[in-house]
Amino acid sequence: MNITKQQKLISILGVGIAILSITRTITSNGDLTSAVTISQALGFAVPIGLAGLAGIWSERAGVVNIGLEGMMILGTFGAGWAGYQWGAWAGLVAGVVFGGLGGLLLAVASVSFGVDQIIAGTAINLLATGLTKFLAILLFTDAPGGGQAQSPPITGEIPTITINAIADPLIALHDKGLFFISDTAGLLSGLFFQLSLLTVITALLFIGTAWLLWRTRFGLRLRSAGENPWAADSLGVKVTTYKYMAVTISGLLAGLGGAYLSIASTIYRNGQTAGRGFIGLATMIFGNWRPGGTGAGAIMFGYIDTLRLIDSDNKNVRGLILIGALVVLLIAVFLLRSARRSTGIGFALLGAVLVGAFLVASNFPPEVAQVAPYITTLLVLATASQNLRPPAADGAPFRKGESH
Amino acid sequence: MKLRRFLTSLIAPLLGVVVSIAVTAAILVFIHASVSGVFSAMLKYGTSPRAETLILNLATTYFLSALAVAIGFKMNLFNIGVNGQYVLGAVAAGAVAGNLTLPKPISLTITILVAMIVGAAWAGVAAWLKVSRGVSEVISTIMLNFIAIAIISFAIIRTSVGTETAMNIRGTKVIPESGMLRGSAFIDPKTKVYGFFFVTIFIGLLYWFVLNRTRFGYDLRATGHSASAARVSGIEAKRMTTITMLISGALAGLVGLPYLLGDAASYNLNFPTDWGFTGIAIALLGRNNPLGIAFGALLWAFLDVSSGQLILEGVPREITTIMQGLIVFVVVMSYEIVRRNQIKSEQNRVAKALEAQAVSA
Repeated sequence: MNITKQQKLISILGVGIAILSITRTITSNGDLTSAVTISQALGFAVPIGLAGLAGIWSERAGVVNIGLEGMMILGTFGAGWAGYQWGAWAGLVAGVVFGGLGGLLLAVASVSFGVDQIIAGTAINLLATGLTKFLAILLFTDAPGGGQAQSPPITGEIPTITINAIADPLIALHDKGLFFISDTAGLLSGLFFQLSLLTVITALLFIGTAWLLWRTRFGLRLRSAGENPWAADSLGVKVTTYKYMAVTISGLLAGLGGAYLSIASTIYRNGQTAGRGFIGLATMIFGNWRPGGTGAGAIMFGYIDTLRLIDSDNKNVRGLILIGALVVLLIAVFLLRSARRSTGIGFALLGAVLVGAFLVASNFPPEVAQVAPYITTLLVLATASQNLRPPAADGAPFRKGESH
Repeated sequence: MKLRRFLTSLIAPLLGVVVSIAVTAAILVFIHASVSGVFSAMLKYGTSPRAETLILNLATTYFLSALAVAIGFKMNLFNIGVNGQYVLGAVAAGAVAGNLTLPKPISLTITILVAMIVGAAWAGVAAWLKVSRGVSEVISTIMLNFIAIAIISFAIIRTSVGTETAMNIRGTKVIPESGMLRGSAFIDPKTKVYGFFFVTIFIGLLYWFVLNRTRFGYDLRATGHSASAARVSGIEAKRMTTITMLISGALAGLVGLPYLLGDAASYNLNFPTDWGFTGIAIALLGRNNPLGIAFGALLWAFLDVSSGQLILEGVPREITTIMQGLIVFVVVMSYEIVRRNQIKSEQNRVAKALEAQAVSA
């Protein structure tokens, strides 16, 4: 029996909604699938997803990008600096450009000078942190409404889209509390409720990336620089040029992610990125260096973040535990049916522990949700490494004319 | 030959310092600040007895962090997780030491061992993931850093590990004087050089000895140079990876102790959490060599401390953070260029020798 890609996707979606629905019913917590939650989760997913997408661009061309965090920091700063003077859109552009400069710097260091990519990335993170702190004091201290560590408010805003004609009936349907149907309605309503234009742009960037990198000649050449640059070089591909383009685009995207953070909170603050560049890296791995999986990972991490932050009556994290337990148990079943017994038993045990925790405790500290993305990434790395396929020459230095 | 190599290895750091001073000067001119004013203010305050003490104290911390990173580098292991390892080590050490009322030597020994064991255990997770599951330590240690921070805030805010040590500040129980290692004020009469400064010198010597004078150190360096050659000569790569990662973690566990035992006496949520990244930078500057790292740590600490009064000159002290970033950048780039030139000249020499042989034959 052959299952097509579409069928697989639809069944995963169906199972996912069912798990959310079961959890919502058991915990009687409507927040889990409400329009507000979904809309906010998408908002949280955007910067993480853009960082992940930035990672894909760079690593597909064979350059490991630990400097994503620094490029995002540059993006937040650029958006704050231009945003308070000339409005949100100008801020967006400046953030993208600043991030791109960070990307260019990584390209110069790692591609032209052959510095170890991880070292160069770490150096960019250091430099970006120092530079923005310095410039913030210099440029924002005396600006009206600004401070030593934050910019004046960014003027204007990026419009959000709400289509009441679709959202309202869906929200009404969600509030009825029917199994599966109401949850599907709730999830869908989030797409039509206060949807930021930037979220739409991000979605388009994901689709555009998937098309460019996997469906065009340009993409094939760019990826060949990440798989086997020596072979690509021998076939006349300008590997260095492609690496430069990829890493700079990576910086532009990370900068956009940073700019989004500043604009969404209408201000630049020191330390605003809070490690999202690294989470983006995690989503990229979670998504197997592909846009689809990375986007899904970003939405998942955004969802977890949202539930933690809007947890007014301490119920959401408990809900997350049950969701996690169900997912883990489902994976255990799949693994036990395939040949991977021992891993399957491990997952079954983990699932049992989570179910036990859910039954015993009535509320959980928010730290549990805080670490969930990182533990998930580690679990994926530890158990699915056979299925993960990073670019073959990811991280390898390339000098034209040298063989490896 | 050896002297020449030593001199060429000095080129890169010097170049880094010179370029960073030049760029900083350009920035200062650009923001209409007095270049000579700023640099002389840094030099003047940075060489005062009080600042000298602070520099030694900070350099002690940085040195340990860089050493933890360096031992990994020696084997091409990238321990980005020093941050997580040292904060967990410091919290555990603080929690244990806070409850000890034993004679100083015993109390200190226990505290240090706890910090090292916890740091090593946390690094051990990354080692296990790498050796048995093939997970890159770069990614796993980044994730483990975030998890460590969450564990600590949970432990201190929500469990009895944390108590209210001052108004509205929760931290580990304050360590009694019998458990502290405050050191002595031998430079500035009012500020003490951490006791851990002397412990750290000993650790640096031990590091040099183990790496250069023992079988283990030889195996480690051999594996770092060529994993395949090491395997052929009977070195178990996996075992070496695990041991190196554990040692790196144990060293990382110590990073918080100079400050904890010399000054803070309690780990609270204001405890710095990014000394690990500083360690990476300094290990790069010092080329994983203990002496080089010591100089790097002192330079870094000097820039940190001497910028303390720059605000009097109307310049944000973060200017030195930019200097530090530039130094790292220029230094790693020039190391790479130097390395490439060395390979080239080596190749030329071999080619010439071969040519001469061919002619004479």
